[in-house]
Amino acid sequence: MFSFSKFFLASSLEEAYTELLKNKKNIILGGTSYLRMGNTPWNTGIDLSNLNLNYISETEEFINIGAMTTFRQLETNILLKDFFGDIFNVALRDIIGVQFRSNVTVGATVFSKYGFSDLIPVLLSLDAKVKLFNGGILSLEDFLNEQNIRKDILVEILIPKKYCKTSFQCVRKSKTDYSIINLAICNFNNKITIAVGSRPGKAMLAKKTMAILNLSENIEKEIVNAMKHIGDEIPLDSNMRGSKSYRELLLSALLRKGIQEVLN
Amino acid sequence: MLLTTTINGRKKEILIKDDDYLLDVLRKEGYLSVKRGCDTGACGLCTILLNGSPILSCSTLAARAHGKQISTIENFPKEAKTFASYMTAEGAEQCGFCSPGFTLTVIAMTKELQDPTDDEIMHYLNGNLCRCSGYISQLRAIRNFMEEIKNENC
Ligand SMILES: Cc1cc2nc3c(=O)[nH]c(=O)nc-3n(C[C@H](O)[C@H](O)[C@H](O)COP(=O)(O)OP(=O)(O)OC[C@H]3O[C@@H](n4cnc5c(N)ncnc54)[C@H](O)[C@@H]3O)c2cc1C
Ligand code: FES
Ligand code: FES
Repeated sequence: MFSFSKFFLASSLEEAYTELLKNKKNIILGGTSYLRMGNTPWNTGIDLSNLNLNYISETEEFINIGAMTTFRQLETNILLKDFFGDIFNVALRDIIGVQFRSNVTVGATVFSKYGFSDLIPVLLSLDAKVKLFNGGILSLEDFLNEQNIRKDILVEILIPKKYCKTSFQCVRKSKTDYSIINLAICNFNNKITIAVGSRPGKAMLAKKTMAILNLSENIEKEIVNAMKHIGDEIPLDSNMRGSKSYRELLLSALLRKGIQEVLN
Repeated sequence: MLLTTTINGRKKEILIKDDDYLLDVLRKEGYLSVKRGCDTGACGLCTILLNGSPILSCSTLAARAHGKQISTIENFPKEAKTFASYMTAEGAEQCGFCSPGFTLTVIAMTKELQDPTDDEIMHYLNGNLCRCSGYISQLRAIRNFMEEIKNENC
């Protein structure tokens, strides 16, 4: 059973980070929905609730999302909808239920790099950046590939403000199950970005497939070609939810559906 | 640690362990309408309202309810009774184990969504599992309940 001996309500990020480094069994608490599934007895649980990290706001260049923002806030936020359409709502609304999504946090999800995540491909397709307390700002793509960041605090997500057409595609065995595969596509001024998750590994950009589409004068005509290539480019695997070959078929079919959505 | 919170309108001071979850604290305090189903965050039986929003008490640390308002189904006797009559009329309930959590989520939904579509209702209630009913009779009951609220507000 998940347990910790001390609840520590941090009054600043510095204080939270210092506490985190004090003991390797000290942890940051997000919504604690995932942590509670584990059996590790932790030492101190560090709570960021008092640090005003629960926000979705904008600056000139970015939309900023605080680490303690919940999925429910993302899926109902007007600013995100204005810039990116329904993608947050569509990607998140089938994750368990409203009560669950009112609890789970953006910071925990992104920092943990979950391979099954429906949120991470969306952020990746929107070219998001990650702000870490100690590690500074880096692209989400670099963050996902970075192996050495273990003890840090994810402070916020930054998404470049671009009005774009988006699409989220996934297949689940039942409504609230994990995705067997998911795909987030963004079209900004006819430049397509494609992120694939639940491969079942960490989400990644389909860069060669993106190049095929983006170098073409007529994206629509290249869709079939892109469908052939994406399976070669994106490593897929089997797990209890689906086989590698099933995922290959789904990926190419979902790609066509998604591209058509962002072109229309 | 000492948790100071308000439960169903009453201020309470409860001695809790730092890592206690709200579900355990509430049941120990005698709020037995708050049920434990899956204990993994997937069934919605343990739903309560925290500052008016539905949350899973099995996944929320009790320490985080400090200074906040907790509501269990007992806080809504009138709505619960009315909703129960529509559920009964539609044959939408059998064992009733899911009822407190489900009814609280429906009450929260009626306050949050204006004129929801069937699809919006179903998405809002995705997290409330019922092993007995087929969901469609529940949907009919919800529609009738919302109609009554609408008429009352006219
Ligand atoms: C039953 C269940 C079903 C799920 N189904 C889906 C699904 O279908 N699709 C999907 O996309 N996701 C799913 N998830 C994952 C969920 O959406 C969240 O991503 C996950 O629960 C983590 O969020 P949390 O707030 O609960 O994190 P916590 O459990 O609090 O923390 C998770 C980890 O992140 C660390 N952490 C927390 N905050 C920070 C921070 N700011 N900086 C650094 N580290 C931090 C914690 O120390 C811990 O190691 C599911 C989870 C559960 C439990
Ligand atoms: S007991 Fe909380 S969701 Fe099932
Ligand atoms: S009526 Fe039995 S679980 Fe819902």
